[in-house]
Amino acid sequence: MVDAVQDQDDFVPPAEVAEMELYHPKSWLTKYVFSQDAKVIAIQYSFTAIAIGLVALVLSWMMRLQLGFPETFSFIEAEDYYQFITMHGMIMVIYLLTALFLGGFGNYLIPLMVGARDMVFPYVNMLSYWIYLAAVLVLLASFFVPGGPTGAGWTLYPPQAILPGTPGSEGGIVLMLVSLALFIVGFTMGGLNYVVTVLQARTRGMTLMRLPLTIWGIFMATVLALLAFPALFVGAVMMTFDSLLGTSFFMPAISQFGEQLKYGGGSPILFQHLFWFFGHPEVYIVALPAFGIVSDLISVHARRHIFGYRLMVWAIVIIGALSFIVWAHHMYVSGMNPYFGFFFATTTLIIAIPTAIKVYNWVLTLWRGNIQLTVPMLFAIGFIVTFVNGGITGLFLGNVVVDVPLSDTMFVVAHFHMVMGVAPIMVVFGAIYHWFPKMTGRLMNVPMGQFHFWVTFVGAYAIFLPLHYLGFLGVPRRYYAMLDTGFIPESAQDLNAFVTVVVLIVGAAQMLFLYNIAVSMIKGKKSGPNPWRATSLEWQTPQTPPGHGNFGPTLPVVYRWAYAYGLPDATEDYVPQNLAPDQLMSDYDNSGLSHSAAQAAE
Amino acid sequence: MTQSALTDTGQSPTRPDGMQGFVTDWSSDQRAFKNVPWGKAMMWIFLLSDTFIFSCFLLSYMTVRMSTTVPWPIPSEVFALSFGGEPIPLILIAIMTFILISSSGTMAMAVMFGYKKDRRTTAILMFVTALFGASFVGMQAFEWTKLIVDEGVRPWANPMGAAQFGSTFFMITGFHGFHVSIGVIFLFIIARKVWRGDFDREATGFFTSRKGNYEIVETMGLYWHFVDLVWVFIFALFYLW
Repeated sequence: MVDAVQDQDDFVPPAEVAEMELYHPKSWLTKYVFSQDAKVIAIQYSFTAIAIGLVALVLSWMMRLQLGFPETFSFIEAEDYYQFITMHGMIMVIYLLTALFLGGFGNYLIPLMVGARDMVFPYVNMLSYWIYLAAVLVLLASFFVPGGPTGAGWTLYPPQAILPGTPGSEGGIVLMLVSLALFIVGFTMGGLNYVVTVLQARTRGMTLMRLPLTIWGIFMATVLALLAFPALFVGAVMMTFDSLLGTSFFMPAISQFGEQLKYGGGSPILFQHLFWFFGHPEVYIVALPAFGIVSDLISVHARRHIFGYRLMVWAIVIIGALSFIVWAHHMYVSGMNPYFGFFFATTTLIIAIPTAIKVYNWVLTLWRGNIQLTVPMLFAIGFIVTFVNGGITGLFLGNVVVDVPLSDTMFVVAHFHMVMGVAPIMVVFGAIYHWFPKMTGRLMNVPMGQFHFWVTFVGAYAIFLPLHYLGFLGVPRRYYAMLDTGFIPESAQDLNAFVTVVVLIVGAAQMLFLYNIAVSMIKGKKSGPNPWRATSLEWQTPQTPPGHGNFGPTLPVVYRWAYAYGLPDATEDYVPQNLAPDQLMSDYDNSGLSHSAAQAAE
Repeated sequence: MTQSALTDTGQSPTRPDGMQGFVTDWSSDQRAFKNVPWGKAMMWIFLLSDTFIFSCFLLSYMTVRMSTTVPWPIPSEVFALSFGGEPIPLILIAIMTFILISSSGTMAMAVMFGYKKDRRTTAILMFVTALFGASFVGMQAFEWTKLIVDEGVRPWANPMGAAQFGSTFFMITGFHGFHVSIGVIFLFIIARKVWRGDFDREATGFFTSRKGNYEIVETMGLYWHFVDLVWVFIFALFYLW
């Protein structure tokens, strides 16, 4: 195991910067509500994101009820169905996954893992959360305005998004656009913090190439978000004006119900370009943190260093860069120049290379590892499987000639749910099971977790494999009902009914997960500071959960990378990043310490 | 936990020049940009993000200018002012541009005097910069009024040709003017702090409880120069094209 001792250094340069000035809260309100502590902000972000995510989950049940049992539920009209689709998609992609990975995990893990006391600008970080909350509230408000939320589909394509006849064209679409603009403003405030903290506020000895891959994934995703969200912001501003002021940025000359509308001269394709210049990097804004986190989960729970660390880092960077020049593969059928399709198909398929490198490296990390089938590990393996599955169908859709017949069918739905729905959510679950002990000092219930995993994993396949097949049959997506569609066999309806039943079962399993969180928070087994015997800095804090300023009186000094598992000349099978090289043979195992003992020792 | 100065230790680390120095910095611990304060790094990254916003706006403007079928108004006629019956093309915009570029000059001087900890001169130069900025916004308001009231240009319609002319003009100059206005407000706030001597006695911030520092003058300056730079592009693409 020669490369297991890679990157170890006795000499650590002296501190270049003085200690961070921290804001010391004086009241309950500034400690827990208007908190400037990244850990509290992280938990606020996470709870808000999960709460709004539950709304989207219920919306997906409604959609499935309609698709599985059409003409059964009188409370789901066609308009409602389109609104459910739109809000489900937008909430899940932006308000749940983006906010949870970057606002939630980013805030919690970045300062702890790079060895900082907090984000560089905690006040701006706090504003970030409150503006995010405002964005969520504006989004929720759209359910209660006349006409309801927008039903334009989550891509909000004009002209239909703002024309009468589309649900929510009265007010819902404007609230959606305003909410997106607010989200972007709030995210920018947080994102600047994440980037600068990683670049400029690391502890002594923490070089960029010693960062845990979690941080690399979150960092690169934040960079993507800071550069991709501007396009959505501009699109949202312009469509708001089209809707409210009657400008024609995106609106061509158009007649509706035999009447010439006041619009004319705009470019609907322009919106698609702006939207997907944001929308494709958005896929990686969700995927890169998942890549990073899953790398750490696999390494910790297989008790083995990550295979090909440097390549993993460069793969993240290259995927991030490539993601900005593939956006028009979402637009093969939009009527743009076919030569563009050739270019974008090529760049799209090139992304398969760094992605495949990552997958092979995950598998090679497991190879001959001492695999512990803990709940986080189950979810990590589940991620690899679902991600490979979704990635391979991506190769189908990335080719123009294959995409054209599959476009707007259930195959597309199955593809992106597998690759950016199920796969990142698997990582979210794994990460929650993994870091819950650090956030609360208690372990989550294992049997409940295993049950949750198996129902979710098997359920995801039971839901989305049939959808691939339905797509091949030509079942279109975003259709309220099939009625007399001759080319679709009647048995497709049986499959739809089956999928709906599974969706409800998987949904119930998520309720069990929330119950597990609630119960474990109060009654869970005490975890001690380092239950997984992991090496990265967040597990070495003197208090669990970490206190104000994270690291007690002195900041940790880092001597090695975060993957020092199974070193031959160490007492334990893991070596924390901050363990001085001359202490390798001493008793440094902090995993057995109880919560109270750790506090007493401080 | 000690409470002391923020970021700059004042020492310039000895390191190789050029590409080798870049590699050394990025492979080192603690900081990728040596002796760059957090606020400055954050402002640079924010400006990069903001560049993407303005680029998207300007590219959208070019797209709709191509997609519209109605002729585009001739800028030198639309943006002309008459003095004594003789229309002078682009005269107002020339004055506005001159003022804004001048304000960049006073801002750069303010940054220099800030690092010399010359409280009085820094504050005066920042006030002058803010006044230049305010007069720019004032003239922009005059220009908008002229277009809206005298010439009947609206965001959704335009008697001189393509409706998109009004839409993009009001949106892009409006968004830029919003940036200038925000800049003016913060220039006044920071100039006041400099004048009061907050940065000489390291007074702590009301919200952040961090010690004030003359670094903020340079951070402010970065923003201000960026706003000027964006104006150069708007000027070229809107008024000269």
